[in-house]
Amino acid sequence: MHARLIHRFLQCLLVAFCLVVTLFATDLRAADDLRAMINALGGGSFQENQKQVEALAKTGDPRVVPALKALSEGDLYQRKADGIVLIVKPAGSNLKLIDALTGDAAGEGEKAALEKIKVNNGLRRVIRAALGSLTLMSPDASVRLQAASTILRTPSADALEGLDAALAAETDGAVKAVLEKARAASVLVSDRPVDEKKAAIATVVQTGGRDSLSLLSGALSSADESLRPDIETGIQQIEDQLALWAAGQNIWYGLSLGSVLLLAAIGLAITFGVMGIINMAHGEMVMLGAYTTFVVQQVIRDSYPGLFDWSLAIALPLAFLVTGAVGLVMERGIIRFLYGRPLETLLATWGVSLILQQAVRSIFGPTNQEVGNPSWMSGAFDLGGLTITWNRMWIIVFSLAVFAFLLFLLKKTPMGLQMRAVTQNRRMASSMGIRTPWVDALTFALGSGIAGVAGVALSQIDNVSPNLGQGYIIDSFMVVVFGGVGNLWGTLVGAFTLGILNKFLEPYAGAVLGKILVLVLIILFIQKRPRGLFALKGRAVEA
Amino acid sequence: MSIKARATGALLAAILSTTAFHGAFAADDTIKVGILHSLSGTMAISETTLKDAMLMLIEEQNKKGGLLGKKLEAVVVDPASDWPLFAEKARELVSVDKVSAVFGCWTSVSRKSVLPVFEELNSILFYPVQYEGEESQRNVFYTGAAPNQQAIPAVDYLAENEGVERWVLAGTDYVYPRTTNKILEAYLISKGVKPEDIMINYTPFGHSDWQTIVSDIKKFGSAGKKTAVVSTINGDANVPFYKELGNQGVKAEDIPVVAFSVGEEELAGLDTTPLVGHLAAWNYFQSVDNPANAEFIKTWKAFTKNDKRVTNDPMEAHYIGFNMWLKAVEKAGTTDTDAVLDAMIGVSVPNLSGGYSTMMPNHHITKPVLIGEIQADGQFETVWETPGLVVGDEWSDYLPDSKDLIADWRKPLECGNFNVATGKCGGKGS
Repeated sequence: MHARLIHRFLQCLLVAFCLVVTLFATDLRAADDLRAMINALGGGSFQENQKQVEALAKTGDPRVVPALKALSEGDLYQRKADGIVLIVKPAGSNLKLIDALTGDAAGEGEKAALEKIKVNNGLRRVIRAALGSLTLMSPDASVRLQAASTILRTPSADALEGLDAALAAETDGAVKAVLEKARAASVLVSDRPVDEKKAAIATVVQTGGRDSLSLLSGALSSADESLRPDIETGIQQIEDQLALWAAGQNIWYGLSLGSVLLLAAIGLAITFGVMGIINMAHGEMVMLGAYTTFVVQQVIRDSYPGLFDWSLAIALPLAFLVTGAVGLVMERGIIRFLYGRPLETLLATWGVSLILQQAVRSIFGPTNQEVGNPSWMSGAFDLGGLTITWNRMWIIVFSLAVFAFLLFLLKKTPMGLQMRAVTQNRRMASSMGIRTPWVDALTFALGSGIAGVAGVALSQIDNVSPNLGQGYIIDSFMVVVFGGVGNLWGTLVGAFTLGILNKFLEPYAGAVLGKILVLVLIILFIQKRPRGLFALKGRAVEA
Repeated sequence: MSIKARATGALLAAILSTTAFHGAFAADDTIKVGILHSLSGTMAISETTLKDAMLMLIEEQNKKGGLLGKKLEAVVVDPASDWPLFAEKARELVSVDKVSAVFGCWTSVSRKSVLPVFEELNSILFYPVQYEGEESQRNVFYTGAAPNQQAIPAVDYLAENEGVERWVLAGTDYVYPRTTNKILEAYLISKGVKPEDIMINYTPFGHSDWQTIVSDIKKFGSAGKKTAVVSTINGDANVPFYKELGNQGVKAEDIPVVAFSVGEEELAGLDTTPLVGHLAAWNYFQSVDNPANAEFIKTWKAFTKNDKRVTNDPMEAHYIGFNMWLKAVEKAGTTDTDAVLDAMIGVSVPNLSGGYSTMMPNHHITKPVLIGEIQADGQFETVWETPGLVVGDEWSDYLPDSKDLIADWRKPLECGNFNVATGKCGGKGS
């Protein structure tokens, strides 16, 4: 009896041992298999690699995630000597090698000894879907949320199993909601029964947005007869929603274009609007501001990379000083001899604009210069159905801030008072003891400096090339003339009106015709009100 | 003009020419080569690079001993992005400076403006930029891509490899995008694409506010079919366009953009991280890996003394055109225009993408077509290329009024617009 018991116990032990050994062995074998599968990525064609990635995704093993991520970012290389596939990160002049499966460091290597595994869009799409299903069970809620949103955007019938498992295990409410949406989207493209699809359609319609619309329109062609009415009403519903948001989006675009126009024109509102100088070199001041930003960023990149997010804040005062100084020299050197001779001023400032352009071209070269967006100016966020890009939003805020600053300067400071006095009645101001030549010079410098500050902002959305200014000069004059010469508020209202008008015409008339229509409307408007929206009244006008 | 003024003028001219053109002095024992590229104005951004590339090629050739035992001498003029000035400067190059051949022009309108000059004075022009086709002129050699060497293979690639069914044809409003899009539209419809699946959009030169158009593209792309954008947007407007695409989150995996005017040079002014995967179709990429290209890039960086300078497709076109001209002059034994024109046809020289390019009787050349994806470092990675060389097709087969036309400048035909249906020379464009 006793012996039998021992025997039984030994038997159990043996079984348990065998089990452990097999388990361990499977794990080892799995690791070997995975490694072989990852190594097989090297040298495959795009189609072969797509299949390989799908196979890797099927293993459901999260250990392949780093390798797949590296592949989609183009950091996966094959060592030419032994065909082993490694993750590669740059480390100085050499490359740091990392084991694709374990993430352990695997020494360093030279570029010539490694062959990059190429990716294309098709492969990237497959990887994106694979990563979605592989990271669904990640312990990190934000990773799970990203995985669920990835599947929501690229639904597939294969993902359903994983989604069901993930839904059952999910505890986080936000992730669960997205998972359910993703599941509905995946059901819609699968061959599940009709009533399950019906429920899915309801969820997808509720989700709304362009992606859902795209999904429903895609499903419509292959859908079962009984589902069609549901899908069609769903599409209609989403389209109605989108149309409403589209109007809001248009206003936003208009405001954004208006803010760019305001920035471009606001310096001119001083030099042309207040002083009456037809300043054709205004655009070049904007360009100089943009190049100042470029130089500042270049210095920061070389010497203080940590400050990059502050580059625009540093560039602002510098741009103001640089362009203000150029403006001062222009006024003292050329324009002051030409007061009261608008035609000569026009020609002289146009000449200056050409000189500045060619000077910049000789110094920096004719090609575009790269001005980076700081991280807080990149990307976009969604506000309901609106997509709002950060850079546009900050530019609107910035243009209003510049406007407020200028208004304050003109209305509340002694310098502003002198400026207004000189432009309204030069002789009277002079007899009151104001040094009119210096006020002229400072006013011109201020207008130029403001144009330079605008250049810092515009460098974020446009080419930084010697031609930058030319694109804005006509628009700037248009805004100032339309808004009413000599009135800052006119410039503000004029810029935003033109921006919104342009954006409402563009969808119907196209960009080219839209622009022409705006110009025609302005010409008609000027016929009716030659002094623009906000005409100055009184004696100052006749002076 | 007083003597003093004239002397000052001459002095100024001398200073200008010595500083700008590396002291090219006139001498009888040189062969002169004209370079007609804008060095100021809007097109300077693209054309200055080509001027430098030509100067480099000429310098290299002189190191190898020149041509026909003589040194080559570059004559550089600046047509300042002003189309009528192109014609004037071309005339000056040919009749005053007596150059043997001219390398130049970028925009189609500048080429059209110099055509009559080259015809009248019987000289040779090498035109290095991809263009809309629908032209073949006796005095012009087109070393850039015709639509069938760039646009059509790109569309084929997207349809076959990305499964694209809906197309946005976006371009700047001038002759090259309009003609290319006309050809593409006809081609797509002949392939069974429905007209409602094609959206055509034009924008003015230097367009910088792309918000509406990018959101229109997103809207057009949400119809449940795979959508792609075919962009003939002119160089300068591309930076804001791509910035807007990146900011609005249009990913290449969802809506890829394939561009015909965006090369390494245009991407140099841009952070390309959000653009990885968007495509371009060219006949050459700097990233093409072969010894000839590596040598070319090395020489270029040394010549410009700038390690960051990139090479691009029109530069390669000048490289091919210049070498073809050298070979033809050697073959003819003279720089006489008529002899060189005859000798040019059939000349074959190595290109930089690892093969040979040959000058065809229609004055266009054979080239491989490469499709590349933008990488995070601002370079392109070739993801597809034509198995063989593609012959430039001057008269598109997809436009009703040019499909019967061919060009053949060999004797006895010698015609740039021969109508095979009527058997007469002199169709469209005569």
